[in-house]
Amino acid sequence: MGEVLIRGGQVVDATGSRVADVLVRDGEVAAVGDGLSVRRGGRTLDAGGCVVAPGLVDLHAHLRQPGREEAETVESGSRAAALGGYTAVVAMPNTEPAVDCAAVVREVLDLGASALCDVHVAGAITKNRDGCELAPMAEMAELGVRLFTDDGAGVQDTRLMRRALEYAGGLGVTLGQHCEDASLANGGAMHEGEWSSRLGLPGIPAEAEELMVLRDITLIRLTAALGARVHFLHLSTAGSIAIVRAAKEAGLPVSAEAAPHHFTLTDAEVASYDPVFKVNPPLRPASDVDAVRSGLADGTIDAIATDHAPHAPEFKEASFQDAAFGMLGLETALSLALTGLELPIAQVLALLSWKPARIAGLDGHGGPIAEGRPAHLCVIDPSATWTVDPEALASRSRNTPYAGRILTGRVRHTVLAGEPVVIDGEAHR
Amino acid sequence: MKSLLSVAELDVADLDEIMRLTDQFVEVSERQIPRVPALRGRTVVSLFYEESTRTRLSFETAAKRLSADTMNFAVSTSSVKKGESLRDTVQTIEAMGVDVIIVRHPSAGVPWQVANWVDAAVVNAGDGAHEHPTQALLDCYTIRQQRGSLEGLRVAIVGDIAHSRVARSDVLAFTTLGAEVTLVAPPTLLPPSLAGWPVMVNNDLDDVLPKADIVYLLRMQLERQHEALLPSLREYTARYGLTRDRARLLADDALVMHPGPMNRGVEIAAEVANRPNSVITRQVANGVAVRMAVLFLLAGANPRDHIVGDPNG
Repeated sequence: MGEVLIRGGQVVDATGSRVADVLVRDGEVAAVGDGLSVRRGGRTLDAGGCVVAPGLVDLHAHLRQPGREEAETVESGSRAAALGGYTAVVAMPNTEPAVDCAAVVREVLDLGASALCDVHVAGAITKNRDGCELAPMAEMAELGVRLFTDDGAGVQDTRLMRRALEYAGGLGVTLGQHCEDASLANGGAMHEGEWSSRLGLPGIPAEAEELMVLRDITLIRLTAALGARVHFLHLSTAGSIAIVRAAKEAGLPVSAEAAPHHFTLTDAEVASYDPVFKVNPPLRPASDVDAVRSGLADGTIDAIATDHAPHAPEFKEASFQDAAFGMLGLETALSLALTGLELPIAQVLALLSWKPARIAGLDGHGGPIAEGRPAHLCVIDPSATWTVDPEALASRSRNTPYAGRILTGRVRHTVLAGEPVVIDGEAHR
Repeated sequence: MKSLLSVAELDVADLDEIMRLTDQFVEVSERQIPRVPALRGRTVVSLFYEESTRTRLSFETAAKRLSADTMNFAVSTSSVKKGESLRDTVQTIEAMGVDVIIVRHPSAGVPWQVANWVDAAVVNAGDGAHEHPTQALLDCYTIRQQRGSLEGLRVAIVGDIAHSRVARSDVLAFTTLGAEVTLVAPPTLLPPSLAGWPVMVNNDLDDVLPKADIVYLLRMQLERQHEALLPSLREYTARYGLTRDRARLLADDALVMHPGPMNRGVEIAAEVANRPNSVITRQVANGVAVRMAVLFLLAGANPRDHIVGDPNG
């Protein structure tokens, strides 16, 4: 593999910010400094006016393989990820079959070997994600799985969740919880409140999420001594964030993520009845959106995760009530975070890169950009504007809620283990 | 008006226009041959994803009296599950060349989706727990027939507001025309939020009845007691049913209304349904004329030209 020189960018990582060239060789950062040059046969990527950052890390992507290849594959999802600046994604286990044993983990890892980003796998907490019996977490952990979740549903049974936390604690792995009390959510299709009442759609109260956050924090008090850790997926309500803030102040081993749609869109969007706005957790009112933004700003929420959830058209061309939950995220998350949060760029990158890398246990990702480190990098033009065109996305699916929106901030280059997989906004593989 | 999806799209002038047209179609309906050629050559299809013989017949009768060609596309939920998406079905129907699609669906919002997918006019004939605009129009027409105007009238809407498309449309229509609306229901059957609703709420029917000009009873779905919303229908009737005794609290000229079909003995006692100020059958009769007015507004080639034309011309 030839050398790659990333020239003239503002290098930003957890250690700070400086204008420098970055030279990449043999999959690693060979040098960071002024006036670097590349050997003959190497490649120079212009980064003038751009930010050079550690590649982004998504804790929460539905790549749909195996089982729903018409919606997404590991290949197409990884292409979308690379174009979005990601060099690592954690693939969610709600596939068909579910990722609930070593064999399926291996299948997804094999598919990921030729992908445009590193593909890590989250395993299911329970067999077939049905919430009844523990999945063989140890055999999956041996293959490198660090995060386990039944995402798509929360683990409803309190005793089972206690045992899962204890068992996971013994393995040194983290449990990710999709917080939703199924009995209270009761088949709802959107946030329960003013809009659901007016629109006549069954609602999911904020409290359905908050109850499970509170329950799991209660269980962490019971199990933390055994090494248990819980990561709260896609938090969406002011109440949840307040509960997590208090738990962190009490020193409990909890972390949390939030999705871009929960800090950019409100439940008023559902008035169009367009199922592209159907997602779980649902879009919430402005007061919750503000709380998510505050939680990201003050560190209560550790990471931005996309909850990238592709769906084939037939699952979105149904009635709002019958349509599938979920929206695309990998190709829009960075732009939305850069312009939607009004935070310094280093803080945005922390939420998108090095903090999620730590939660996922990915030592090679998230920087710092320093000699000898793996060269997983993205180059971002923070002032470039672009219009979201669903047809132009790399995902196999089209269910973005941002169609037609003009966003600011775009990935220019993405470098995976020293290889430029995106150059000037085009995938190269 | 391109489509009729929600009462929220109608202002006082629109409602007046529909009422005025309805007057003329009531006159047509009273003729020996109650038919005008207003929609001759037009095709009206009813697309019902939910069984509703009454509403479907009312629309089909209205379309036939306007001389439209009618088609009936009854979709059972089982055939939906065989794989054809909502969009496929709707586009198949449009490909047959239709001018108006009348949609009934158990899920809120479907008429909006249909209207986005087709060029034909769309009439919402009831979408889940959301709206039922033509019901509200015929209710307004019926009240005007009896009282001249809705201005200042006190209307009590009683029952399962949370799941009622009739209640949502009626609240919008009645208040637009100047009535004061009070919702009467146990808290489990009220929507989770009434923010922005121009209504009052009272849990005590006995307190509301003496002051009401109109009591509008909603149909109680018999399965609600299995969803932890009600202990029993008996208890509902005891507190919220318009029983014979309770009907005595009403002013002599207070109107009793119901969208049908009634559960006699649950939300309304048989004797009350039959009392002189019960206008329930009049609502049904007016339904055809109101729907003629709506179809005429949406699909009439030359508004006003054909209403009084020769039925054979």
